[in-house]
Amino acid sequence: MLFESDITALWITLRLALITVLVLLVVGTPLAWWLANTRWRYKALIEAAVALPLVLPPTVIGFYLLVAMGPEGPLGQLTNWLGVEPLAFSFTGLVLGSVVYSLPFVVHPLQSTFSGIGRAPLEVAATLGARPLDRFFTIVMPLSRSGYLTAAVLGFAHTLGEFGVVLMIGGNIPGQTQVLSIAIYDHVESLEYASAHWLAGLLLVFSFLLLLLVYGLNKRFDMVRV
Amino acid sequence: MLMVSCITGTVQAAEVIVAVAANFTQTLEKLAPEFERLSGHSVTIVSGATGRHYAQIVNGAPYDVFLAADAEVTRRLEEEGRAVSGSSAAYATGRLALWSRTEGLVDVEGKVLMEGDFRRLSIANPRLAPYGQAAVEVLTALGQYERLAERLVQGENIAQAYQFVDSGNAELGLVAYSQIVGNAGNEANGSYWLIPETLHAPLTQELVLLKDSAPAREFIAFVLQPSTLELIVASGYGNPHVVRE
Repeated sequence: MLFESDITALWITLRLALITVLVLLVVGTPLAWWLANTRWRYKALIEAAVALPLVLPPTVIGFYLLVAMGPEGPLGQLTNWLGVEPLAFSFTGLVLGSVVYSLPFVVHPLQSTFSGIGRAPLEVAATLGARPLDRFFTIVMPLSRSGYLTAAVLGFAHTLGEFGVVLMIGGNIPGQTQVLSIAIYDHVESLEYASAHWLAGLLLVFSFLLLLLVYGLNKRFDMVRV
Repeated sequence: MLMVSCITGTVQAAEVIVAVAANFTQTLEKLAPEFERLSGHSVTIVSGATGRHYAQIVNGAPYDVFLAADAEVTRRLEEEGRAVSGSSAAYATGRLALWSRTEGLVDVEGKVLMEGDFRRLSIANPRLAPYGQAAVEVLTALGQYERLAERLVQGENIAQAYQFVDSGNAELGLVAYSQIVGNAGNEANGSYWLIPETLHAPLTQELVLLKDSAPAREFIAFVLQPSTLELIVASGYGNPHVVRE
């Protein structure tokens, strides 16, 4: 039922989702922290920009990325200047697209967790002589476990389900940019319903289990806190 | 209905929904207004890969006429009873071209495929689009398929394959010659090589009647009439009724 190319697509998809989440946790943590604590007048501008991928059609993101990655686009000129491979039709390009596409799914849970902690624990730690980074790693991160879990799982699951962006910038190359959602689409269009069912069912069950993990664990965290 | 009749001045103005292979969309968009003017009917064009159209027709898509990119799916639709039996007819012969946006990159013998230093060659998805299948046949006939396999990027249909080249993300593409002809006025045309038809199985493009109605039959008669076929040939196709030598 499953072709070898499907197994390859599965691995590419998992790798893409994992790398995307790691990048997003690193980039999203300072961003979410800043959003949770800043008193800047125009903070809403940044918040709106972060939330944009929630409402934009993936084809809009894919279209802008494709144009930007082209030889005349800013990203295309950057890669040319750096002497590295162009981003379009490459795995790196997909990671970039997925980071943009899944950004709010990681930043929002982190931001609300950070806001929930409040200033009190940090001020206590500061009076005890803890430095800012120290405070972040020993106080904020442990208190934000459930936020991090939600952010990581949502970012991962959302990237698994990505289709429109990849369709526009991926080029459907087996072993490089052919992800699971595209493989399913090709199967359906070629009337290979059996293979489509296998892959679609796999994705459905896996996504459900991931979300179950989030909600189940979050409930436990809540109970521990109470 | 009454209002439409008043505006168009005909008794029975109807909508004809036409599913069309992506390679023929531009040409049909040029032909449709003339049909609308003559008949008073309106034409709604649904563009996409032939394989995708087939899958959607099998699942009940509400199209009246299907202009496919090959003769295979029309035969299957007739056999399966999803099209009016005996209604299929050839309306064009497709031509492939190797195209680059860069002036002078593609030579008239296509040597750039054998020797050229390029990163990406764009083709239509061979599983969904007959032009993609033909592209693979060309590369195989030239003995280049295995060597170039890693450089191939696939558009979901021939329109996307063209767009990958047009946006500069792929240096070369095996596209429909009609796309090059159709876009000739829009911008610098780059360079192309019209692929000899001996390098791939004929791209005989057939249409078929899916839902029988007078307006749909009028549309098919319009497409197949000699003056329309002349326009189709001028748009970068071969005339399917001229036996090639």
